[in-house]
Amino acid sequence: MKELRLMKGNEAVAEAAIRAGCDGYFGYPITPQSEIMEYLMAQQPEKTTGMVVLQAESEVAAINMVYGGASCGKRVMTSSSSPGISLKQEGISYIAGAELPCVIVNVVRGGPGLGTIQPSQSDYFQSVKGGGHGDYRLIVLAPASVQEMADFAGLGFDLAFKYRNPVLILSDGVIGQMMEKVELDEFKPRFTKEEIAKNTPWATFGKTDDRERNIITSLDLDSAKQEKHVTHLSEKYKLMEENEVRFEEFQTEDAEYLIVAYGSSARISQKAVDIARAKGIKVGLLRPITLFPFPKKPLAELAKQVKGILSVEMSLGQMVEDVKLAVECKVKVEHFGRYGGIIPTPDEVVAALEQKIIGG
Amino acid sequence: MSDIITKEQIRQPENLVYSKTKLLTDKALSYCPGCGHGTAHRIVMEVIEELSAQSETIGIAPVGCSVLAYEFMNIDMQQAAHGRAPALATAVKRLMPEKYVFTYQGDGDLAAIGTAETIHACNRGENITIIFINNGIYGMTGGQMAPTTLPNMKASTCPYGRDVATMGNPLKITELIAQLPGVHYVTRQAVHTPGNVRKTKKAVRKAFDLQKENKGLTFVEIVSNCNSGWKMTPVQSNKWMEENMFPFYPLGDIKVDGQLIK
Repeated sequence: MKELRLMKGNEAVAEAAIRAGCDGYFGYPITPQSEIMEYLMAQQPEKTTGMVVLQAESEVAAINMVYGGASCGKRVMTSSSSPGISLKQEGISYIAGAELPCVIVNVVRGGPGLGTIQPSQSDYFQSVKGGGHGDYRLIVLAPASVQEMADFAGLGFDLAFKYRNPVLILSDGVIGQMMEKVELDEFKPRFTKEEIAKNTPWATFGKTDDRERNIITSLDLDSAKQEKHVTHLSEKYKLMEENEVRFEEFQTEDAEYLIVAYGSSARISQKAVDIARAKGIKVGLLRPITLFPFPKKPLAELAKQVKGILSVEMSLGQMVEDVKLAVECKVKVEHFGRYGGIIPTPDEVVAALEQKIIGG
Repeated sequence: MSDIITKEQIRQPENLVYSKTKLLTDKALSYCPGCGHGTAHRIVMEVIEELSAQSETIGIAPVGCSVLAYEFMNIDMQQAAHGRAPALATAVKRLMPEKYVFTYQGDGDLAAIGTAETIHACNRGENITIIFINNGIYGMTGGQMAPTTLPNMKASTCPYGRDVATMGNPLKITELIAQLPGVHYVTRQAVHTPGNVRKTKKAVRKAFDLQKENKGLTFVEIVSNCNSGWKMTPVQSNKWMEENMFPFYPLGDIKVDGQLIK
């Protein structure tokens, strides 16, 4: 039986992680996501599921604790907000290079620098184009509701282990802080030692006589081998693009115009679609749920049908570049955004649609 | 004369009194001839073999000369980002408390870029063992100044000697972490003579035994030479170490049973 609760997005992802059989959470406080660790500490899951919760001395230490735990085949996670996620980038690069599964939550606030503690979506480039050094990709899930904050904890771990790759839940201050009804999954047991040995035979859980030692590293001084390794990574990313694209369409069947938006911008844009339709404008919404892999094909299909596309983001315009690439400039694509912690209203989105796409 | 065995006979298996531990791989060490790392590796692996703990031990390699420690240590190992080994070890031990967990780190890794991770893992009293190789220089990158480089000692980034007025004093991080309540056992040893090797091995064994008893963090510093980085022959470097490093970094126990040695 699923359990219904009224929760903040930050609390929902924390509770869902416990229920998804998470073995360890390692974090450092930062607004607007501190409720994640506060909730976990209050729940004391070490007394129920045995999950470890540890407040690290820095975001840098926390992501490296994730590296250590993931290397043991454990389900581990961390969370932070924009400036803290920047600090974690070195560790994320190592985790991607060493092919370790883990879940990272970014409850985005406005930047650059210390910026603001209000919501933003200005970490898109950092999330989908790399962030740290080297050729790598994260699987990026963008929740648009408290329910999805909960759902993506379990989904995140599943995808992370399926591909031996870090999964980023790219949320924002709106989704993290708002309260909504959420249906929680039943408790899933943590991996047993036997399951770890069977499912993650590459992990470091102690060398036995029946196998060679396991080594977790992102280092290869032999460039030919390193090139082979990066090629292997690229093949993995190709598989993700083939199999893991997730998106949602809203009123696109007869749409003459299209809005593309993710996360809280998608919630605002959904309302904007209703307002515009009441005015007689046939507009639909495509909401990418995975930002990497990006829903290129459905966008390319819709580009054949619509006269123009508006990318709505709480940033100066980052995802808009991927929208343009997906539709290969065959249709007009414009960006509308508020930023620095300001949230656009549905009316502003409709006005931007009218000015930049319909009238422009 | 018949009781004196020949060179050929010595090499016969039945006459061997010592053999390499199975916990070291056959891979040729990447360390410079004369360097103390190889001996330090051997000591740690011999201790794990004596404890029959190959399947019960996870090691964390740093960035620095011993970045490739996992090539030589025949146990499950993780290679950490520069300075972060104690963070990895923290998670490994918390998630698998039944295992022996150790980090093997040099002075740049442990006492410069990783200072925060070192101090906080020590302060939390993680039940891990830190093996700290202090040779007062960045060996791998070609002999730059380390946090433990002695005053007036020359390195490639202090070619006229370390000027403490502008470059700071050498950091005695071992004495520093010994102050923390979470730290149970701290000792400083060397591996340049057979006697010192025996003492170091005892210290490493003690550290692992205390870890099994969940006593808190155990810390073994090994003051070592870097003949390449110091631009000396191995013999000269060991003499220089005795005359210059040991007065600044005196050998012996610093904290035993949670009590500082006065």
